[in-house]
Amino acid sequence: MSVIKSDVLPIRSEQDIVLARQAVRKLTQELTFSIVDQTKFVTAASELARNTLIYGGGGDLYWEVILDGGRKGLKLSFKDEGPGIPDLKQAMTDGWTSGHGLGMGLSGSKRLVNDFEIESTPGKGTRVTITRWK
Amino acid sequence: MAKGQSRIVGILKKYEADLLNDWLGELKASGADSDGRISETELRNQATEFISQLREATQSGNLDNIGTAEWQAVRDFLDGISRSRVAQGFRSDQTAGFIFSVKKPLFTRLRKELGSDADGLAEETWVATELLDKLAMHTVHSFQKTREDVIRRQQEELLELSTPVVKLWEGVLALPMIGTLDSARTQIVMESLLQRIVDTGSEIAIIDITGVPTVDTLVAQHLLKTVTAIRLMGADCIISGIRPQIAQTIVHLGVDLEGVTTKANLADALSLALKRSGFSITKSKA
Amino acid sequence: MDRIPILQMGKFLLVTIQVDLHDRLALTLQDDLTAKIEKTNAKGVLIDISSLEIVDSFIGRMIANTSSMARILDAKTVVVGMQPAVAITLVELGLTLTGVQTALNVERGMHLLRTSLADKEADDVCDQV
Ligand SMILES: Nc1ncnc2c1ncn2[C@@H]1O[C@H](COP(=O)(O)OP(=O)(O)OP(=O)(O)O)[C@@H](O)[C@H]1O
Ligand SMILES: [Mg+2]
Repeated sequence: MSVIKSDVLPIRSEQDIVLARQAVRKLTQELTFSIVDQTKFVTAASELARNTLIYGGGGDLYWEVILDGGRKGLKLSFKDEGPGIPDLKQAMTDGWTSGHGLGMGLSGSKRLVNDFEIESTPGKGTRVTITRWK
Repeated sequence: MAKGQSRIVGILKKYEADLLNDWLGELKASGADSDGRISETELRNQATEFISQLREATQSGNLDNIGTAEWQAVRDFLDGISRSRVAQGFRSDQTAGFIFSVKKPLFTRLRKELGSDADGLAEETWVATELLDKLAMHTVHSFQKTREDVIRRQQEELLELSTPVVKLWEGVLALPMIGTLDSARTQIVMESLLQRIVDTGSEIAIIDITGVPTVDTLVAQHLLKTVTAIRLMGADCIISGIRPQIAQTIVHLGVDLEGVTTKANLADALSLALKRSGFSITKSKA
Repeated sequence: MDRIPILQMGKFLLVTIQVDLHDRLALTLQDDLTAKIEKTNAKGVLIDISSLEIVDSFIGRMIANTSSMARILDAKTVVVGMQPAVAITLVELGLTLTGVQTALNVERGMHLLRTSLADKEADDVCDQV
């Protein structure tokens, strides 16, 4: 697997969520994803960026355009150094929220992408990585 | 690369016209324009353009990496050539031949200019070979990519053609599905149905699965998601032609079709659709 | 832009969302709409989202909440013009916007509002009798 290009974007304000969405949209267009695939991926990115900001207290989005065995993909990693998630299984359940959300962000984004990985250490932070292949 | 500027740069400038004539001669001899798929003028224009692009690019002094910005124009030009060759029905070796046939004219000039300097000649010939091979490779690669794109597009078109969305009445669309449904096909067909609903402003869509022998969990779930998406957009959906076996499977699979309007056949579905749209059908007395 | 304009058309309000909404803008719109329903005594709200390229859980929740608040203020909300890709994504995400009425386009949405207002006025007359 090789990385064709990559960059980092800050997720520290609501405006950053909008900018992240736009950046991800542009990348999915460059990769000529279908409109439906673009929309799914941008929506997942929006959910995760908001979690990074609200629960993680802000963080960064690392993106990579990758090539693996002839297929191209877009990989996004949302990373924060916030409080972490004590019970991942619970957090990944449809409808579970510790705040006032709908509790659909994590579980829903998992359904919108090809690969979904979440790592979290209480007191240290959280990292969610998603990938969509062309 | 050779120390100092490569002699190739100078040769391209000095012998531009001669190179072009010899090259066209080569192309003609190889029968590149013999079957009328490409006209002599078109071939001449392409060759002229290529020589001048090549001259521009080599002036940068970079003759070994064609992936850089100086070579962008050449690469774009070759991509264009590949696309037109695909459209004209040429094979990939014929397309690569376009570039390879410039070798002989170029080597002849190199020999003329560097005749006495054997080392220099060997080195420059090597540089020229490498360069033209890379350009030919790029062309073949781009040719294949274009052809793959064409094939994929044709497959998608075929897929859509095989399940056309038809307008049954003002505001009523129908999607008669025939044959085995796999997940990928269902997805494409459903997406085109949703788009047609928006384009035509139709408020009712009928998905008729009379011609579908079986459905698996994924397809059943996909049907259900489509119905939900159609409702979200503000239209309504009726599924017709669910055969007994399929009804059983759906129940066994635990897919919840509760709240989805189903009808035994397309005729019943259409009559319900018309009623909902405010039409009534009466038999004329005659 | 820091506010989404709300147009008044007789007894109805029309909002066309044309920008990528950041969260605060979405909440401001919710406040503005409820205030305007109250001020104009509007009976219906049309939210046109045909230019929106995504609806995530935040915007989805804002739309659902606005619709419930409007209902309490005696106005009916219709969301119109949702793009197919947005609808497919919402379903996959698991948001079905229960309780939110939708229509294909502004014209159909207006028709819905008018018929429901007419029905309601007929009911109100009955109540008086
Ligand atoms: N980056 C994070 N750091 C700490 N906790 C998180 C993080 N992301 C998610 N969580 C926790 O996981 C829960 C579920 O997240 P999810 O995104 O699914 O729902 P939500 O944000 O509560 O609501 P919604 O996204 O539907 O508006 C959150 O309520 C929060 O407690
Ligand atoms: Mg969330």
